[in-house]
Amino acid sequence: MEKFITLTDTAVPLEIENVDTDQIIPARFLKATDKSGFGKNLFRDWRFDKNDEPNPEFALNKPEYKGAILVAGDNFGCGSSREHAAWAIKAYGFKVVVSSYFADIFKGNALNNGLLPVQVSPEFLEILFTEITKDPSVEIKVDLEAQKIEIPKKNISESFDIDTYKKTCLINGFDDIDFLVSKLDAIKEFENKKAQKLQTTKSL
Amino acid sequence: MKKTLFDKIWDSHVVESIPDGPDILYIDKHLIHEVTSPQAFNELKERDISVFRPNQIVATADHNTPTENQHLPVKDLLSRKQLKELTQNCEDNNITLYGLGHPYNGIVHVMAPELGITQPGMTMVCGDSHTSTHGAFGTIAFGIGTSQVSQVFASQCLLVEKPKKLRVNVNGKLKKGVLPKDVILYIISKLGTNSGTGYFCEYAGNVFEEMSMEGRMTVCNMSIEMGARGGLIAPDETTFEYVKDKEFAPKGQEFEAMKAYWETLKTDEDAAFDQEYSFDAEDIEPMITYGTNPGMGIKITGSIPMEGGKSDAKALAYMGFKPGETLLEKPINWIFIGSCTNSRIEDFRAAAAYIKGKQKAENVNALIVPGSRQVAAQIEAEGLREVFENAGFTLRQPGCSACLAMNDDKIPAGEYCVSTSNRNFEGRQGQGSRTILASPLTAAATAVSGKLTDFTKNLN
Repeated sequence: MEKFITLTDTAVPLEIENVDTDQIIPARFLKATDKSGFGKNLFRDWRFDKNDEPNPEFALNKPEYKGAILVAGDNFGCGSSREHAAWAIKAYGFKVVVSSYFADIFKGNALNNGLLPVQVSPEFLEILFTEITKDPSVEIKVDLEAQKIEIPKKNISESFDIDTYKKTCLINGFDDIDFLVSKLDAIKEFENKKAQKLQTTKSL
Repeated sequence: MKKTLFDKIWDSHVVESIPDGPDILYIDKHLIHEVTSPQAFNELKERDISVFRPNQIVATADHNTPTENQHLPVKDLLSRKQLKELTQNCEDNNITLYGLGHPYNGIVHVMAPELGITQPGMTMVCGDSHTSTHGAFGTIAFGIGTSQVSQVFASQCLLVEKPKKLRVNVNGKLKKGVLPKDVILYIISKLGTNSGTGYFCEYAGNVFEEMSMEGRMTVCNMSIEMGARGGLIAPDETTFEYVKDKEFAPKGQEFEAMKAYWETLKTDEDAAFDQEYSFDAEDIEPMITYGTNPGMGIKITGSIPMEGGKSDAKALAYMGFKPGETLLEKPINWIFIGSCTNSRIEDFRAAAAYIKGKQKAENVNALIVPGSRQVAAQIEAEGLREVFENAGFTLRQPGCSACLAMNDDKIPAGEYCVSTSNRNFEGRQGQGSRTILASPLTAAATAVSGKLTDFTKNLN
């Protein structure tokens, strides 16, 4: 997995709440059997109109907004468990998603793909939206080591939470498969004990 | 220490707790399907890892399968490729697959319970958020992403932080015409779409105790729509009766012994929950949604709230509705009875009981899609096919179908569909489609009248 340590970049504001994974990547694009090519269909039905023309009103199509940080409204990534949503965001070029709330499965999927979900307070999210729309060239710094997100130019910052284990994984580029495979002996031992217990239950 | 149902199952499946990190949780049953598994198999191949416990995995084809002519090659080439890859991956890894046409084929959350693959006290996962359905059996069941599918392939375990515990109590007597779907739509409308995030939800109270397994599955299915990773209901006699004699359930003496264990799983009295809500059954009426998330629900006779959340204006614009508006008398051209939420025999019985002797309205396209081959056979055996066909409904073959419109079953842009599925997201049932979530009874009644009506007046 790609490492994530720190990032300073401009951001794209997506001021919509409850963005579900069907909007991030509609189901009709889930027929692929590999992980590539999802970026072009990210937010497909919001980014493009019926005739496949870019919708100029949509944040990702506005030329002033660029950068690897997506700042989105509350409860981002709700709905379907499709990891294709995280792949699409990553493939489009985002490395960080900021919101005041993330749906569980999406958050896990993002972390498993080196896409950092940064949960901030609703107040800080408001500040971000205001500052980005006021000046799209404003840079945002995300420091995973220090667990801090800031607008350096404005000297405003907030700290964010992240599971210590997941933080270590991201900083080192480790993933859960490596870790779980290293635990197979303990897992087999657990299975043996469980089988014995089940045998006892069944013979009662 | 007093423990909840959830604690008891979770704690007995922890292989190891990582200090200041997640638990290594052992997974008893892993269900897979064609859409979220191919990349997971590829991941394993790339790392040269084999599937650790293939006999604890069961596969089905459901998401992108056609609901017509299932005996013929699948027309959509991408779907066909995805299904072929599932077959190949299952063959290569000795995984049982109930593919298209197999008598056990069906929507993953319909076929696994009806085969007795789902049993109380288990941990179950699937690359599908509606895996929460299986919680109806007193099972910890939750949806996972594709990376996690490969983790379970590799180790039969997952790294997960133990969620917090939520309990939702509903007590009292449900009104006539109120189905389990209305109960869960009501709960979500009250609590919102993210109230359950970070939690596992136990449903308690006489309303759930008196519900059939089909009803409990409908309720647990939609736990994810309030953000909860899963929902569960304590196993009881209703559960045991359902599981007993199912194909893969323990039999005879073994069943009795397991039952004695399952009976110990219920939440201890005075066990603590991190959050608790209680509702009165009498307050619940047939529900419909008016917006683009399942939390935007009202009773069918109600009106759209004047003051909504921040993004409600966008949702209402998409739906073509206005604040304060009532949806009664709103013409509806499509109804869909199906999906892992409402495609079990009881759902079709409820619909058929209303439809019998009536005709669908001329403007309506009414689509009936059973959840599995077994449900389809039951529809046939109980004579429900005639009821549906005589009333002008179209009965299809099993699959996820118009719930997520990955196959050809799509609702046209701009059209309203009263749907028994679980999500009313923008474009969920086809680009530009407008979904109104409801129970099978509401969908049936809408098909007959051609518009949303207060059908409870017509009930005997």
